[in-house]
This record gives sequence, structure tokens and C-alpha cells, in this order.
Amino acid sequence: MFSFIVRRIFSSIPTMLILILISFALMRFAPGSPFSTERGLPPEVLANLEAKYGLNLPWFEQLYTYIKNIVFNFDFGPSFKYKDISVNEILAQGFPVTLTYGIWSFVVAVAVGIPLGIIAAIKHNSALDYAAVGITIGAQVLPNFVMAPILVIIFSLWLEWLPGGGWNGGQWQYVILPVIALSTSYMASIARIARSSMLEVLHSNFIRTAKAKGLPMRNIIFRHALKPALLPVVTYLGPAFVGMITGSVVIDMYFSTGGMGQFFVDAALSRDYSLLMGVTILFGVMTILFNAVVDIAYAWLDPKIRL
Amino acid sequence: MLVNKKKMESMADSMSSHTPVEGRSLWQDAMGRFMHNKAALVSLIVLVSLIAVSFIGPYLSPWDFETIDWALLGNAAEMGAPSIENGHYFGTDDLGRDQFSRVMVGTQISLMVGIVGTAVAVVVGVLYGAVSGYFGGRLDNIMMRFVDILMSIPYMFILIILFVMFGRSIYLLFIGLGLFSWMDMARIVRGQTLAIKHKEYIEAAVAAGVSDFKIILKHIVPNLLGIVVVYTSLLIPGLILTESFISFLGLGIQEPLTSWGALINDGAKTIQYGTLWQLLFPLAFFVTGLFCFFFIGDGLRDAFDPKDR
Repeated sequence: MFSFIVRRIFSSIPTMLILILISFALMRFAPGSPFSTERGLPPEVLANLEAKYGLNLPWFEQLYTYIKNIVFNFDFGPSFKYKDISVNEILAQGFPVTLTYGIWSFVVAVAVGIPLGIIAAIKHNSALDYAAVGITIGAQVLPNFVMAPILVIIFSLWLEWLPGGGWNGGQWQYVILPVIALSTSYMASIARIARSSMLEVLHSNFIRTAKAKGLPMRNIIFRHALKPALLPVVTYLGPAFVGMITGSVVIDMYFSTGGMGQFFVDAALSRDYSLLMGVTILFGVMTILFNAVVDIAYAWLDPKIRL
Repeated sequence: MLVNKKKMESMADSMSSHTPVEGRSLWQDAMGRFMHNKAALVSLIVLVSLIAVSFIGPYLSPWDFETIDWALLGNAAEMGAPSIENGHYFGTDDLGRDQFSRVMVGTQISLMVGIVGTAVAVVVGVLYGAVSGYFGGRLDNIMMRFVDILMSIPYMFILIILFVMFGRSIYLLFIGLGLFSWMDMARIVRGQTLAIKHKEYIEAAVAAGVSDFKIILKHIVPNLLGIVVVYTSLLIPGLILTESFISFLGLGIQEPLTSWGALINDGAKTIQYGTLWQLLFPLAFFVTGLFCFFFIGDGLRDAFDPKDR
């Protein structure tokens, strides 16, 4: 198990390097420089600017310093657009916000989705099961960018219970709508996967044996059925995490929560390449690490794949 | 001999006209099962009518999708509501453009992006997966490792960077979406190819000296089509969702063209002024379309893989 963990973590390093390489190449080959304006700068000024940002060096040297700075100093360089602010400072400002509602959304999706799916499977073909299936099918076509306006109409405009945007230092009223909007469709997917895999497990031979032995239902479910039934759910957590990370862009845009997504879209619209790369790499590294954690959890649950 | 000639003739007739029992292919079976699935069939009908409406609708409207109705400009909240009299069946958007025509155009574009992007993904994914699975060994290892790496990159961000760098065009949207969503397909196809490649008919083809390339195209790919169809039907709504997501951020489709995501974005921005029709009509089309795709996909999966039910 230990060697598996070590191997899995080391194998994600090349992935991270490739991610950095791709973003770097995209930035290099982008048409136009970040300093090109409509009137055009005098060549001396342009040369000075390029020297300041190290753009006059050969590309491999730029790549080397860029990677070196990220790895050793966790420094993504200066922002091209916001003068006097480094990408790091912008990330430090937005990241805690994203993390707060991101973690809550993840917790809500898992903590609601899994029990919903499991209970629906145990009470197969009951009214409860049909209700759960109905909810999950409905929530599937309600991605975050659809949920957000609907929630605002209902809870902010009609009922006037919750604010329709802002962050206010993470007060609970401001967190609820973003979390619901972000987690709904993933909650639905988790519930659907948990239900179908639980149904499959409940129909398998070892559960029948357990029933034949006369074990109480509660024991059968918690001791025998739950663990194998949760395996497919664990594999889905990786994609769900990626989805929530990307979804955070919508949340930041729509609720003006001031997370990283907002900076990402601003940077995309104003061609601030270094900020774009910084956000992409940070999100990418988080994704890769999370996938490694999911794989390790999976190997822990299912010794068969620990090769 | 007292042979009743007539009787013999009729017997011969009936024997020759008696066709042998026709074998039923996997496809016929699957289509039969699909036709019995009410939810899927209804979804198919609704989806076809949705597509038909989106192409016929523009001819029924006196307004096109980009002309601004100057009489209503800047006054959308009071005068832009849906009405039959002034020809704005779904009202107008914030700039006074006809919402009905815009929803129709948006539907066309969203569906087109979903279908073309999926086509790109299917072609790349099937070929990649089939080649990887068929040749196996080290090549398979390298190719699948590459897929693993690509899958763990949050491609949405790379895609958005691509849009920023090369400008927003609908062709980039097609290609970009397709090129970032073939990996699942490649994995599924590879798994199936591994199962197929030791079957007798492949061995026969190898023994007959058919070239590798031809074996893949003529013998392996056709036998994968069942699972490819199922996965394709689930990929289309996925890509429509992705496109809507990007357009919702204002980074996807370029004005004055529009799509479901862009329309939902426009509508969502103005809800505080009470112009709910700007949000609800595109939302209704979006939700209906996706529902149909998901039900059709589920129906196809049940049809091709009945043991899963």
C-alpha cells in the first residue's frame, strides 16, 4: 500500500509538468504581445518592458525560470494587466473564497447524494425511490449556470430571504445560494451512481447468503453492502471535483463572490496571460493531486487494483 | 402414377415461397427494445419536433435574430413583453432584438455545436482507442498513459485560453470541444477492442493476410458501434452543456450569433428588472432539449445492454 501511494504521487509529477508546458506553449504562441496597444509603443519602451518581464530571453530560459519560480518559490510572476500586483497576491485574495464554498459544495453533494442514493436503492420501487430518481433526473439538466439564476429569482427576488450576490467575508447567508447552485447537479449524479451500484450489490450472491443466514438488514447494509457499493461513487469524485472547480467560475461571475473564477474570466477578457496561466496551473495541480488522492482511496477500498 | 399434379405444384410453390427464418441482428433487437421504451420514444419525438421548430420558426416570425426593433429599444421591461400584435412572440431581449428568433437561432447553434463536436470526438476517440487496443503492448501503454494525462487536466481552462488567443469563432468551438472530449470514448473503445481482437473472425482476417488498418476499419470498428452509439448519445448533451457553460461566461459564441448558454446568460443578467421572459424561454428550450437527450441516451443504453436493467 505504501509503495502504491508513493508511486501514485510520483506519477502525477510528469502530468503537472505537461500541464505547465501546455499553458506555457499556448502563451508563447499567442498572437500579439500583452503590451500591444492600438497606438503602438515606441520600440525602446517595448524593449524595456520585455526586459522587465524577461520576455527577451530565449524561450527555454523563460520556461526554466517560470517552472523554477513556481516550484521553489511558488511564484507565478507579475500580472501583465494589474500593475504592481503579482499573480500570487491575486490568487491569495481569491483562493480562500473559492475554497470555502468549494469545500461546502463538495461536502453537501457527497453528504446528501450518497444517503439519497443508498436509501432509494434499499427502498427499491417505493414512492421514496421514485421521488429520488425524479429529483436526480431533474437535477441533471440543472447545471450551476441554470441553478444560479433560478435560485436568485426564488430566494432573492420573490422570497427575499437571501442576498443575491456578494460575499461579505463569508457570512452564512452569502454562502448558501452559491453552495446549492454549485452542488445540485453533482449531488444528483452521486445519488444516481450510488443507487445503481447499491442495487447491483444488493442483488449479488454474498448479500443473499447474508440474508439467508438471518442477519438483520441494518448489519447487511452497513457491514457488507456499503463498501462495495461506494466504489463507483469514489471513482466519480474526481470528475465531480473538476466540475466543481470549473463551476466555480460561474459562481464567481454570477454571485460576485470574488473568488478565483472572477479573476480568471477578467484575465481571459483582458488577455492577462500570466494570470490566466497562474489560475490554470493552480486549478490543474489541485485537480491532479485530488485525482491522486481518489486513486489512493480507491486502492485502499479495493485491494484488487493495487498492482 | 397417380400424382395429383396440381397438389404437387402448390406444394412446391409453398415450399419455395417459404423463406428461411430470418436471423435478427443485434441492431434489430436493440431498435425493437428502444421502440418499446416509452420515455425514450417520446423524447425522440419531442427532440425531432424541437429541431424542426428551430428551423421552421424563423420563417414564421416577422423579425430576424439580429435586427433591433428601434421602437422598443431601451424600453424592454415595459414594452418588450411577449405579444402577438407586434410580432415578438417571446418578447424582445435587452437590446430590442426579437427573442423568438434568437431562441430559434440559439437552438440551432447549440445543437449544431453538440453534434459536430461529438462527431469530432467520436472519430478521434474510436480510431485512437481501436488502434491502441488492437496493437496492444508498449504502444497501448504509451497511448493510454497519454489519455490519462489529458484526462487529469482541467481542459475547460485550456479551452478558454484557446478562445482568448485565437479569437472566438464557431469553428474553434467545434474543434476545441471535440478535441477535449474524445478521451472517454477512446478508453471505452480500447476496452471493447481488447475483448474483440481475439475473436475467431479477427484471427481469420489476420490469417487471410488483411492489413492491420483494414482489419481495424472493416472488422473491429463496425463491431464496436453499439457501445459507440450509446456513448455518443450521452456525449452530445455533455458537449451542449460545456458549450452553454462557456457561452454563459461570455467567452463562447460571438455576437450577434447566440446559443442557449449565451441566451440564458443574457436573461439571467436582467432578471431584477422583471423581464423574466428573457430567461424562461431559452431555459425551457435548454431543459427540454437536454431532457430529451438524456432519456434517449438511457433508452439506447438499455436497448444495447439489456442485462444492465
